[in-house]
Amino acid sequence: MKPINPKPSPRRYHQASWDEPVIFELSQPGQRGVLLPPVETEIEQEVGNPAQMLPDQLRRTVPPALPEMSQVHVLRHYDRISQENLGVDLNIDIGQGTCTMKYSPKINDQLAHTHKLTELHPLQDFSTVQGILEVMYRLEGMLKEISGMDRFSLQPGAGGAAIYANICMMRAHHASRGEGKQRDEVITTIFSHPSNAAAAKVAGYKVITLYPDSEGYPDLEALKAAVSERTASLLITNPEDTGIFNPKIAEFTRIVHEAGGICSYDQANANGILGITRAREAGFDLCHFNLHKTFSTPHGCGGPGAGASGVTEKLIPFLPVPTTEFDGQKYYLDYNRPKSIGKIRPFYGVTANILRSYAWIMSLGADGLREVAEIAVLNNNYLLKKVLEIRGVSAPYAKGKRRVEQVRYSWEQLTQETGVHSEEIEIRVTDFGMHYWTSHHPFVVPEPMTLEPTESYSKADLDEYVAVLNQISVEAYTNPEIIKTAPHNCTVHQTQQEPFDNPDEWAVTWRAYRRKTGKK
Amino acid sequence: MEHKRLGLIVNPIAGIGGRVGLKGSDSLDIQQRARMLGAVPLAGERAASALELLLPLSENIKLLVPPKEMGETVARSCGFNPQVIQTSGLTNKSLAPFPIGRGEGGDETTPEDTRCSARTMQEAGVDLILFSGGDGTARDIYTAIGNNFPVLGIPAGVKIQSAVFATTPRSAGELAAEFLQGKGVRLQEAEVVDLDEDAYRLGQIVTRLYGYLKIPYRREVIQNQKIPSPASSAVQMQGIATDVIEQMKPDLAYILGPGTTTRTVAEQIGLPKTLVGVDIITHNELLAADVGERQILEMLEHRPLGLIITPTGGQGFLFGRGNQQISPDVIRRVRDENILVICLASKIAALLGRPLLVDTGDYELDHLLAGYIKVITGYHERIIYRLISGS
Repeated sequence: MKPINPKPSPRRYHQASWDEPVIFELSQPGQRGVLLPPVETEIEQEVGNPAQMLPDQLRRTVPPALPEMSQVHVLRHYDRISQENLGVDLNIDIGQGTCTMKYSPKINDQLAHTHKLTELHPLQDFSTVQGILEVMYRLEGMLKEISGMDRFSLQPGAGGAAIYANICMMRAHHASRGEGKQRDEVITTIFSHPSNAAAAKVAGYKVITLYPDSEGYPDLEALKAAVSERTASLLITNPEDTGIFNPKIAEFTRIVHEAGGICSYDQANANGILGITRAREAGFDLCHFNLHKTFSTPHGCGGPGAGASGVTEKLIPFLPVPTTEFDGQKYYLDYNRPKSIGKIRPFYGVTANILRSYAWIMSLGADGLREVAEIAVLNNNYLLKKVLEIRGVSAPYAKGKRRVEQVRYSWEQLTQETGVHSEEIEIRVTDFGMHYWTSHHPFVVPEPMTLEPTESYSKADLDEYVAVLNQISVEAYTNPEIIKTAPHNCTVHQTQQEPFDNPDEWAVTWRAYRRKTGKK
Repeated sequence: MEHKRLGLIVNPIAGIGGRVGLKGSDSLDIQQRARMLGAVPLAGERAASALELLLPLSENIKLLVPPKEMGETVARSCGFNPQVIQTSGLTNKSLAPFPIGRGEGGDETTPEDTRCSARTMQEAGVDLILFSGGDGTARDIYTAIGNNFPVLGIPAGVKIQSAVFATTPRSAGELAAEFLQGKGVRLQEAEVVDLDEDAYRLGQIVTRLYGYLKIPYRREVIQNQKIPSPASSAVQMQGIATDVIEQMKPDLAYILGPGTTTRTVAEQIGLPKTLVGVDIITHNELLAADVGERQILEMLEHRPLGLIITPTGGQGFLFGRGNQQISPDVIRRVRDENILVICLASKIAALLGRPLLVDTGDYELDHLLAGYIKVITGYHERIIYRLISGS
């Protein structure tokens, strides 16, 4: 028998390309996936015609314009386009820095898919849903311990929703002291998550952004220049997206408190500090976690994410309703909270993800959580060392220092020497069955690349990813055309971003597409 | 691809001073010294690098060029069969400020040849004018055809301060090809900035904003436009303008500095704006257009003034470059809270951490102004940024 040839590195990848039409174009009039049986006569006699029972204003006059297809065609369509995709379970997904793309254990999915959860109705009597209420109550207790906060709400649907809820609570706090109108400014930093600035804008605040000092740390002097009697809040991520921990964070919160502001901690980058440092000790009044980042539940694009908003004592009255309570005998939801900011989501929150994170934390325990952080940091600093050996890459700021859980690298030198840009490398990476992300806008770090390896990936995984980046660097110096004309083995396209500014040139629904293109 | 017409103008002596360390090529004296030092003009070579990328489209492109070294020579050497436009008849050599070069046949070319070629191409309705030169050439083109005609610079001069140049000659060719093929490249106004060369040779950097050219834009191939923005800069400027107008006090008149961002403020109120000059406006009317320092000071006698200002040029000068009308005397009389600094966030990011600069010529004032300032970067958006004395 002939031995199998060893595989080359980096691996030779080729994605399936099905040239699959949009599902609406596959529609065949009259085709059906499911034929519903007619209502039996005796049932109709008993309950009448259900369609007639709907109020007129709720009844469609025209049937919905859904594609008409058989089951097998629907299945084939989605299987095909799934092969033209790249998922977290398919590639070494360390390239989406700031998103903490760790492994979501499949056993937790099984728990979330059990009929004990999926068959629950949100209006069931509390006595029949004690299990999930207990899980929510206990998860809140764990998050309190992890952050040092006094209470949590698991209502927010995702990280941005949690930030928005925190801003609403902060606003309610100022209003309760008669300072609601006066305090109309929030302060954030350019390397904090832009959701902070965005949510504050949506809530009607003026946003002041601080730029880093020459070492890449948030600029304390700039903060001093920014705070005033108009300061409502500091919204800050720490470590920032550079992977640099702000050593003066306690001073930041002190200065804002002295000006009468509230400090809100975006803990989206918490994966490297679990069990090591806490929001409370840094002086924060509010914080939030992304359960889909730090606590391993799937991310938003693969199902709903989930956020958790934490508060200190003085902000408890403003928590969204309902809160989960335990009276010593039974668990229940409390809607009777007069100072609450109100509902931010119907019913319980994202229960499937609440259950998944609960299971994940329980499987690790307190020591395990700390080990998660330590391995995430170790992985990141190993990756940093290996990436910096690649020609043309640098890690701006904090020279010679280690980073926490991610790094924002720069390909500036490679760009200057070869004319190849980070956004072109981003496309070329897909030719190797991998993915990477540049940075939020604006690009403060030139030609950026943000990598976050988390604790889930092995040394061999990291080495494989580095080998691909190295290969692309070699290509840039020897054959840049192969990068400029990428992708070659992948179905992504070189997108033209210019039309994104012009609403006439894009559509997010089939109906809008037909209207804007004049197609029937 | 449908048939397109492309104009090409080469400034044959652009960049001649650079290789021999003469910091510019604007005067006859400098050109002569450069030649004595053995300088070789590079603009033709640079233009050839750009044209090579257009060669695959040559069947669909009609190239219009001025004679000889101003375009014809390089076009033919690259394999194009260009249509040669006439310029010499229009140039009165004796009236030209100074000759800018000597063509093959000993013909001198002047800035007027550049201007005249650009005008002829504009009248002929070409789809794009490519020019090979530096800031001085960009200035000539702007003078000739204004800010509403597609133009793109091939960097070949000593001074490349203007934002109208592609990063390299090859990327100029690439961008021109994409634009002519209609590949989603859009047009936007870019600054024409030039140094005062006499001051530059004495070691001083004094830039002026001369105007704007409309260039095809794809962020990575334009110099000084290093930062992409999720929304177009036009949308962001409108946000800035809305914020500023909301803040304008009815009893104040405002000195409106030069620039496209400040122009958006005037446009949103419905007022005309002197693009490279200083106007005085209120929240609903134009009081004086294109004023100098004296007029501003006279205005100040009658009513308190505010100031709406944006950094000019690529280096982030807030005062002292391109807005010298707003003199130290003027600045001292405007109260701090009435100075509104506005700037696109992408321009701040493009400074790569370098502080904004102020160089009013008044050392004491520069230091008074220095510190952390609030820059309005969008509607209800501010950046706290460092401003230091640049003198």
